[in-house]
Amino acid sequence: MPQLSRRRLLAASVPAIGGAAAALHSAVPHRHPWDNEAAAAEHDHGSSHGPSGHADFRDGRTVDHRANGFDPHAILRDFDWGTTRKLAGGQTLREWELVAAEKEIEVAPGVKYAAWTYNGRVPGPTLRCREGDRLRVTFVNGSDHPHTIHFHGIHPAEMDGVPGIGAGEIAPGESTVYEFDALPAGLHLYHCHVRPLADHIAKGLYGAFIVDPQDGREDADEMVMVMNGFDTNFDRANEVYAANSIGFAYMNKPIVTKRNKLVRIYLVNVLEFDLINSFHLHGNLFHYYPTGTSKTASEFTDTVMLCQGQRGILEWRFAHAGKFMFHAHQSEFTELGWQGFFEVVD
Amino acid sequence: MEARSATDRELRPDRTSGLPSWLLGLVPLLLIVAAIGSFAALGGPGLGDRRGPPVEELAVENTVLRPGAIELTVRNDGPDAVAIAQAQVNDAFVQFSGADNPIGRLDSAKVTLQQPWIEGEAYEVALVTSSGGTITHEIPVAVETPSTDVGFFGLMALLGIYVGVIPVALGMLWLPWVRRIPPGWLRGVMALTVGLLAFLAIDATLEGFELAGEGSQAFGGAALVLIGAAVAFLALTGVSSWLEQRRRAARAAGASGAHLALLVAVGIGLHNLGEGVAIGTAYSAGALALGTFLVVGFALHNTTEGLAIVAPVAHLRPTLGRLAVLGLIAGAPAVLGAWIGAAAFNSSVAAFLFGFGAGAIAQVIVQLAPSLRDGEGRTLHPLAVTGLLAGMALMFATGLLVSV
Repeated sequence: MPQLSRRRLLAASVPAIGGAAAALHSAVPHRHPWDNEAAAAEHDHGSSHGPSGHADFRDGRTVDHRANGFDPHAILRDFDWGTTRKLAGGQTLREWELVAAEKEIEVAPGVKYAAWTYNGRVPGPTLRCREGDRLRVTFVNGSDHPHTIHFHGIHPAEMDGVPGIGAGEIAPGESTVYEFDALPAGLHLYHCHVRPLADHIAKGLYGAFIVDPQDGREDADEMVMVMNGFDTNFDRANEVYAANSIGFAYMNKPIVTKRNKLVRIYLVNVLEFDLINSFHLHGNLFHYYPTGTSKTASEFTDTVMLCQGQRGILEWRFAHAGKFMFHAHQSEFTELGWQGFFEVVD
Repeated sequence: MEARSATDRELRPDRTSGLPSWLLGLVPLLLIVAAIGSFAALGGPGLGDRRGPPVEELAVENTVLRPGAIELTVRNDGPDAVAIAQAQVNDAFVQFSGADNPIGRLDSAKVTLQQPWIEGEAYEVALVTSSGGTITHEIPVAVETPSTDVGFFGLMALLGIYVGVIPVALGMLWLPWVRRIPPGWLRGVMALTVGLLAFLAIDATLEGFELAGEGSQAFGGAALVLIGAAVAFLALTGVSSWLEQRRRAARAAGASGAHLALLVAVGIGLHNLGEGVAIGTAYSAGALALGTFLVVGFALHNTTEGLAIVAPVAHLRPTLGRLAVLGLIAGAPAVLGAWIGAAAFNSSVAAFLFGFGAGAIAQVIVQLAPSLRDGEGRTLHPLAVTGLLAGMALMFATGLLVSV
C-alpha cells in the first residue's frame, strides 16, 4: 500500500472510463465479501503459530534429513572417537580424516543453502578423545576454495590451522595432517580459519571437539548442541537459527530422556553475524561449567549467554516427567528456529 | 520452386506477380513463427543456460489486514519462477496459506499470514524463497482494512460527493460573474484556468512516476505514465478533431465554447477520478482521517475546477441541465475513484491512469490556449501570464490545506 502524500491526493488523475474501471477490477486480484479464505486458513491453524501453538515452519513441516545426509537427532548423541592404536611409549594415537566439501543442504523446509561442510554435515563430526591422547587429523580439501582446520586448545603454532603458519591454507585438492596432544581437558571446537572468516565459518565449517579428563566424567545422557544459524540471503544476518543446524527439529520431535538421569549437554556457540547467543532451560536449573575445564560449576542457573567460540558443559537431572522447552533467550532466535523440547519419561 | 535466391526475384519481379498480395504478406509472418518455434523447440541452440542463480523478484501489489491475519498479493516481475518456502513477520517464522506452487513470471498469488498484529504498530514481512532469498514488505502502520460491504461503498460515495461533486458545482456558480466581465478580463480568467490545469498536469505526472516506482516493474514502470499520457493526449485530440469536423458540417460556429467546456470537464473528471483513487486507497490503508478539515480543504481546492469549466461557456447561454451534466462529468468520477482505490488498488494501473490524466489535461491546455489570444494575436501577454501564475499559485496554496 503506497504512502499517502499531499501530492497524490491533489494530482491523482485517472480516466473516468467505465471500461478501465472494469478492467482494473477484473485484472487485479481483489477481495469480495464472499471470499473467506482467511477465515478458512484461521480455522486450519487456529492461531498465528504452528500446529503446536509455537512458532514453526509452514504447516509444521521439516527438512529432508535423508537428502541432507545428517539428522539433528543423530548428531545429538553422535560422538566420533576416531580410530586408535597404542604408540611405543604407551600413548594412545587417535586418528580421524576430515574432508571439506561443498554441499547443498535444506536449512528450512523448501529452502536450499549452498553449505561448506566437513565430512558432508553441519556441524562437522563431534571429535572426542581423552586428555593426553596423540591426535592425528588428516585434512583433505575436496572443495573449490582453500580451507584449514583451526582447533581450539593447546598445541604447537604450526598445528594452529591458520594461513601463513605451518601448512597454512590448504588449496583445493591438497591435504595436510594436524597432529598434537589433546590438551587441556574440556569442551572445545574447531573451524576453518581462512579469510573471509565470516564466510568460511557461517557456511558450515565448524564442529565440537571434546577432550575428556583422564579420570572421565560421571555417567550421563550426553548430548552435543552446536548453536548456529544460516544467512540464506547474504545480508550478513541469519534467516534461520538452530542447535545442530535444523530449526525447530527438536520441537516437532522432542529429545527423549529419563527422569532423575544425569543429563550433560556439550554446548558450543559458533553463531556468525550475531554478537551473542544463549541457552535457556525450562522447569529446571543446571550446573554450568564454562569451557568444561573445571569440575567445579561456576553457576547454578537456567540461562547462559555465549559469544562466538564460547562453549560450556551443562549438567542437571529432571525432577519431573513431561515436556520441557529449551531455547535461546533471544526471542528473535527462538522464533526463527532455535527452540526445542525435552520429553522426560520415567 | 520457391527456393530461388532474392537476387533472382529482384531481377525478375514478374515472378511473384501471379501470387495474391495477402499471401505475400503472410509468408514472412509464417517464416518468423517457424523460426521462433524451432529456436524455442531446440532450447536456444548454442546459447547455453543463464549464468548464476535464479533471479527472484516479487512485487507486493496489495496488503490487507484482518484480525489475526496479513494478506499480501504478490506478483512475480522477475524472469524466473519464485517458490515461497517460508514466511517471517518481525523476525519470527509464521504459518501461512497460499502460493503452494511456484509463482510464474507475471503471475500473482495471495499469501495469508497468521499474525496477531497490534493496531498502530509496524510490521516487516519477509517471504523466504526456495533459494533462501527474502522478499521483504513493510507495513508502516497496521490498521484493519475496511471490509468492502455496502456501507463502505456508501461511505466512499459520500466522500467522493463531498470532495468532487459539490465543490465543482459550487465553482460553477461563478458563471453569472464571468458572463459580465469584459473580454480582456475573461482572457485573464481563461489564463487562470490554464494555470490551474498546468499545476495538476505536472503534479499528476510526478505522482505517477512515484507510484510507478512502487509497483511491479515488469509492466513498464515509469514508462506506463508516459504511455498513459500519450494515449490520453492522442485519444482526446482525435475526439476533438472529430467534434470539430461535425461542427463545421453543421456550420454551428458558436458551439466552440461548449466543446471546450466539455473537454475541460472531461479532463477535470479524469483528474478527480485519480483524486478519488488516492483518497480511497489512503482511507483503506488507515492513512486518512475523514475529518472536516480534509473535506473543507478539498472543497476549496476543487471549487477552482468549477470556474475552469464555466469560463469557456461565458459567452453562451447553456441550459441548467447542460451545466449539471458538465458538473457531473467533472465531479462524479471522484466517487468511482474512491471505490476503485479502496477495493482494488494496483500501483501499475494507478501509474498508468495518473499518466492518462496528465495527458488529458495537457490536451485541454492545448485546446484552451487560443482563447488566451488578445487583439494582437499574442498568447503570453502580461494579463495571460499573470493569470497563469495566479492559477498555479491558487492550486499550490489550496493544496497546502489538504496536507494529510
